[in-house]
Amino acid sequence: MRMAELRVTGRVASGGFAAGPVALFSTETGARAPHGVGEPATEAQALRNAIAAALKQLKNLAANAGSDGADILAFQIAMLEDETLSETAFASIGTGVTADCAWRTALDAEIGGYESVEDVHFKARASDLRDIRDRVAGILSGTTTDPGLPTGAIFVGEDLTPSRFLSMDWSGGGGIALTQGSASGHVATLARARGVPMIVGLDLDLGGIARRAEALVDGGSATLTIDPETATREDFAARARAAMKSRSSTDEFRTRPAFTADGTPIALYINIADPAEVETLDPRICDGIGLVRTEFLFGGKRGLPDEETQYQAYRRLAEWAAGKQVTIRTLDAGADKPIAGLTLDHEANPFLGIRGIRLSLAKPEIFRTQLRALCRAAAHGAVEIMVPMVALPRELELARGHLEEALSGLRAAGLPCRRPELGIMVEVPAAAIMVETFDAAFFSIGSNDLTQYVMAAARDSDAVAELNDPGHPAVLRLIAQVVAHGAKVGRKVSLCGDAGGEPKFIGALLGAGLRALSVSPAALGSAKEAIARVNIGGPG
Amino acid sequence: MDEFTATASAPLTNSIGLHARPSVKLTKLAKTFASQIEVAPGEDGPWVDAKSIVKVMAVKAAKGTTLYFRAKGPDARAALAALRDLVALNFLADEADLGEEAPGNAHG
Repeated sequence: MRMAELRVTGRVASGGFAAGPVALFSTETGARAPHGVGEPATEAQALRNAIAAALKQLKNLAANAGSDGADILAFQIAMLEDETLSETAFASIGTGVTADCAWRTALDAEIGGYESVEDVHFKARASDLRDIRDRVAGILSGTTTDPGLPTGAIFVGEDLTPSRFLSMDWSGGGGIALTQGSASGHVATLARARGVPMIVGLDLDLGGIARRAEALVDGGSATLTIDPETATREDFAARARAAMKSRSSTDEFRTRPAFTADGTPIALYINIADPAEVETLDPRICDGIGLVRTEFLFGGKRGLPDEETQYQAYRRLAEWAAGKQVTIRTLDAGADKPIAGLTLDHEANPFLGIRGIRLSLAKPEIFRTQLRALCRAAAHGAVEIMVPMVALPRELELARGHLEEALSGLRAAGLPCRRPELGIMVEVPAAAIMVETFDAAFFSIGSNDLTQYVMAAARDSDAVAELNDPGHPAVLRLIAQVVAHGAKVGRKVSLCGDAGGEPKFIGALLGAGLRALSVSPAALGSAKEAIARVNIGGPG
Repeated sequence: MDEFTATASAPLTNSIGLHARPSVKLTKLAKTFASQIEVAPGEDGPWVDAKSIVKVMAVKAAKGTTLYFRAKGPDARAALAALRDLVALNFLADEADLGEEAPGNAHG
């Protein structure tokens, strides 16, 4: 007789849907070493050999694991290479304990130290240590053969270790359902990166499902269904199809160049607030970086970053972009981005106060350091400098003066450098209105500030949210004017505000003549999709 | 025994503290110096060997903790400057530690 449907709810560690045969895995650590206690020297040698063999396995695994997996395994490798980890084990071996027992006892003590912490991120590291423990113990007892996961199966068990996850082939689908596990552990990170649905913390009697056949993992509702009824299965399939459809169409757009419905190419750049953001991104998904916010370097209590620190950070971005444009905005502190000890504390209206280029010109030594770092980074790629909050042509010319001084200083010191293009953010209405008076290499429209200044409606006030509308004709007319000026004098014009990533504004922005947008990496797919629906019509 | 001759400190500003990946970087960097180097989550210790990832992880230094370093040896000053910079630079802006990402954000 068929068993009744069983539904259990846990916590989502990785979204998505998977249906497949149940593959029940026990995390019982299995048979103890079959041999008796050998001589301490023999046992110690056995443990040393097992650790060396485990390291070799981990390094092989890391070589084929992809960068996220390799990072996780690098942590395990570093832990295992550290003699501190095994020193208590070797000490007990000296007192006549078997290698297996000494190793497990030493590692269990270490694991306990992580399990008892409050911080979920440290707690989650217990899983890495169990992974290390079981790998070495398995080698010691000669029971290392890992039963693989059948393609497309649902892994059901207490927990899953990172190295075991990485040794399984998820390319054919499959899912994970754990009675323990963690949404902040390494396996959860890996599962999310590979699109493997995963639910943790399920209140499930593993012994009771030994004879069950089929499972559905629903990463939307955090539900595991075992041996589903027909109606449940149909409902699940419909939900999975709907989710798949909306995701795959966005993914498809994300990786291809942006074109409007009538075939006009649109350059699409990304906005970056921290160099770490690009590490997981493929440069091919965009035409470059349209805005690097450099405030990340200046945050925190550690004081101002020196030239070398900034140079290294900018250089990483230039190298990532591999020849594509990287537009780096000089420090835009002040207003909603105060920096202790640098910005003024008691301005009545900081959005109209000393911010952006105004602050940089008031603190020339800080500005000069940043410009030097940028000129050095420009030797490694297509770095451009963008100055924020420019209202007057004089501000741009003063910035250019500092840039020239930075360059001559670097050349005198014999440091490799290159003069980056110098452009401005167009966000002060005066600059938009008088755009033809600025000798900038490029213009990048900061639609967030431009909108709030044109509409006199704060970005952060719900009460005037309706007025704060980047699609208002007053804003669009200014944008169109900047675009027209750029076309006339042959200077690049783009937009790097949030509006560029919002599908509902994209038609209006392209209508104003923009052909280059810079958006957050997460908005790339939906922006390209929205662009593909726009019919620009007529020439230009 | 010689006194530790040099000290340095820097606050942990990454989002989750001295974690797996930052610890790997910190210990790897420490090992490039000949000096004996120790790290602590407070001015008064407890001090642990900055070249041992097992010990560094065991500090379980949370976000916002100020890390203190001390060193003795031929390259003590250079070692401290490098370690302080690594922490101050957010472990080379490595904000996203392994597993830091919240569930549900993965598919953006």
